[in-house]
Amino acid sequence: MRVILPILAVIITFALTSALVLMVGASPLEAYYHFLVEPLSSRVSAVEVLVKATPLLLTGAAVAVAFSGGFWNIGAEGQFLAGAVAATAIGLNMHSLPPAVAVPLTLIGGVAAGMAWVATPALMKTRLGIDEVVTTLLLNSVALLAVSALLNGPWRDPISQWPQSPDIAAAAILPKLIPRSRLHLGFLLAILVVAALGFVLSRTAFGVRLRAAGMEPDAARFAGIQVGRVMLTTALLSGGIAGLAGAIEVAGIHYHLIEAISGGHGYTGIVIATLSGLNPWAVVPAALFIGLIDTGSQTVSRALGVPVYLGEVIQATLLLVTLAVLLLQHYRIRWERRAA
Amino acid sequence: MTTDEVPAVRMRGIWKRFGTVVANRGVDFDLRPGEIHALLGENGAGKSTLMRILYGLYRADAGTIAVNGAPATIRSPHDAIAHGIGMVTQHFALVSPMTVTENVILGCDQRIRLDLKAAQQQVSAAADRVGLSIDPRALVKDLSVGQRQRVEILKALYRQARVLILDEPTAVLVPQEVEQLFATLRRLRQEGVSVVFISHKLHEVMQITDRVTVMRAGEVVGAAETSRVTPTDLARMMVGRPTIGVIKPRTISAAQPQAALQLEGVSARNNKGLPALRNLSLEVRAGEILGVAGVAGNGQTELAQVIEGVRPVTSGRLLVCGQDITNAGPRRAMDAGVGRIPEDRHESVVGAMSVAYNMALEHLDEFTRSGLIDRRRLRQHAERLIGQYQIRARPDDPIRTLSGGNMQKVILARVLDRNPRVIVVSQPTRGLDVAATEYVRGKLVEQRQKGAAILLISEDLDEILELSDRIAVIYEGEIRQILDAGEATLEALGLLMAGLRR
Ligand SMILES: Nc1ncnc2c1ncn2[C@@H]1O[C@H](COP(=O)(O)OP(=O)(O)OP(=O)(O)O)[C@@H](O)[C@H]1O
Ligand SMILES: [Mg+2]
Repeated sequence: MRVILPILAVIITFALTSALVLMVGASPLEAYYHFLVEPLSSRVSAVEVLVKATPLLLTGAAVAVAFSGGFWNIGAEGQFLAGAVAATAIGLNMHSLPPAVAVPLTLIGGVAAGMAWVATPALMKTRLGIDEVVTTLLLNSVALLAVSALLNGPWRDPISQWPQSPDIAAAAILPKLIPRSRLHLGFLLAILVVAALGFVLSRTAFGVRLRAAGMEPDAARFAGIQVGRVMLTTALLSGGIAGLAGAIEVAGIHYHLIEAISGGHGYTGIVIATLSGLNPWAVVPAALFIGLIDTGSQTVSRALGVPVYLGEVIQATLLLVTLAVLLLQHYRIRWERRAA
Repeated sequence: MTTDEVPAVRMRGIWKRFGTVVANRGVDFDLRPGEIHALLGENGAGKSTLMRILYGLYRADAGTIAVNGAPATIRSPHDAIAHGIGMVTQHFALVSPMTVTENVILGCDQRIRLDLKAAQQQVSAAADRVGLSIDPRALVKDLSVGQRQRVEILKALYRQARVLILDEPTAVLVPQEVEQLFATLRRLRQEGVSVVFISHKLHEVMQITDRVTVMRAGEVVGAAETSRVTPTDLARMMVGRPTIGVIKPRTISAAQPQAALQLEGVSARNNKGLPALRNLSLEVRAGEILGVAGVAGNGQTELAQVIEGVRPVTSGRLLVCGQDITNAGPRRAMDAGVGRIPEDRHESVVGAMSVAYNMALEHLDEFTRSGLIDRRRLRQHAERLIGQYQIRARPDDPIRTLSGGNMQKVILARVLDRNPRVIVVSQPTRGLDVAATEYVRGKLVEQRQKGAAILLISEDLDEILELSDRIAVIYEGEIRQILDAGEATLEALGLLMAGLRR
């Protein structure tokens, strides 16, 4: 059942978007081939799917754990950016250190920054009862503006004058998993984090408390669980993971900070968490799936010469349909005639 | 039954499975026009399931429904309402910041512009007609449970219900409210409305209903005119064997001299911030049951919550075996030896989690090995309690799928199994069938014999009189008087509960 759902979603999307593809003069079948199959047919582009999935695994996990614990963190985007900024700041100053020290320091800096970024809304929530949806969301814009200020101020590239930071020290750069590809150690780390999270949530007392507090705070409180503290821990865990994603994106892919460093990975994390039903294990296929259609939308426009936005429209449709199909699986659909 | 009479509702061969559990197996059910019809059965017999199918909340796997002789397809409550069927479930579906009128007309007024004045008049006219006294302008959040139930009934009647299903309506009512409800039901019967009345209280069934259908393990085992059967017959039909006449030995007092639970001048506020407990003092000795009697809303809920550790006190002290746990929170209360069985069972379980987890939730640390959940222990613990307390459930079932009575048993089991030194228990047998009620009362007495100090809060005066060694009457947040069980009579308690001093 679980396996046929994505296939069903693809078929429905195909039906919905064929007209659009025909309108721009391409064959729908061909478009779909490039969209979903082509990326997996060559090693290079298959690896690229994994590269694309790396930050999404982490932001997806960050949001999933927050939502399980009843902390509605809409701010993974901001925490991602905070992590990226911290990693850049640390990475720029690692010239005299060996990689074995520089890499962990850079990543830990990202985690800490993500936690710090979520700490304010988390405390406002647990101490004052201020709705975290609003505060975490607002802090996303603040983070983006801060990045922009840094890139147009102290970190502006002295040579090109582009709003982009200088490159971080080579020692702080994540080693490659496959030589001459973009796949780096961060992918492995992301998988490890997701697995650890899945284990913690399902097998530890902390995980049970976290889920109980998330699902039914009153009952959890009655059972002696300190709901405020659990929620604070949940928020920090979530922010830390999102911050790690930002650090990994800097130290693994770009090596410097740019404004578009995230480009919405934090928000996509919400989609992935929803697709996964807040189950960390299911974050893996969900992130890979989004990584695939991300890669696919580029392949389509390149191969068929259709506008890039067509790929994006198909991608968005596919996402919506997948969500709808996942929700509808809880219903049994039956056909029957109304009694006369 | 006169064969030419067309039943208001006829259900035939209803089957309903939940996974491996068969909740209804080929149930036939007839409801005549203008009758009050009792649906009886032990916890988990399938009563709620059958009625939820009739109201469109569940779909039957097989079977047919006819309303007034015509086949009916009921796929949702919307369809049920269209067929003139209304239901009041135990969990009310009201919008609490809205007024009574708004709640009643919500969703059935199709016009764009609302004439609230006219609606208010209609609602209050409908209320008067059936003797439901209620202020149409009151906000639902300010109403008591009994008043909310009236709003639910009004809602059904406003939608022209000719069939009214009430799932354990009296479980949440105080005796006076029960009388009022019965008066309303009699008026409805005169108007030709048919009522399905689910209750575990046989005396209510004998008093108000015309016919009765008994279910056991998902099947109907009999239907009869109420006047032709005795409570003993009904009890026998429910359990499938003659019930042993439960003669409760009046156990000798086990009370020891020292107080296990002490409240000294405790004051606390209710949810609206108003004083609910006023300088209340109280002692429960090890080995005794102290019953708390009172009209609902006189501070019982807050008293329980203060001891449970979930409501702060504004002044006074709370001691358990000499240890001060004033405002120390639920964790410390439990560690000091307080076992807690709250009034609202939904308040103390996590619905989506399994029975096994819910049984361990209060003491998770005892089910872990170096931070990891010991699943085998968790499971064995659950299996043992399920067996011991005869709970109809499996360890892995999400607890929200349990029938009301079985959920209550889970909560009782997880507390009593630990032999706590102090037990604070509210409405322990609410929603339990006859056998389970006896069983639970027996368990409480057993705990008392083992030396537990038990504070028993109940709206069921018979329960208080049957179990207590001493009875405290609470009125407006104060203990008015404490009587020895021997000197307490229903009349004396009634006067004190009404605020009159002797
Ligand atoms: N949604 C559900 N999912 C799974 N099992 C269910 C569900 N609803 C009911 N059941 C099971 O069906 C059986 C019958 O339950 P039902 O609620 O109809 O009993 P009941 O007669 O109303 O009992 P009670 O007197 O305790 O309320 C029980 O074993 C219960 O666990
Ligand atoms: Mg029931």
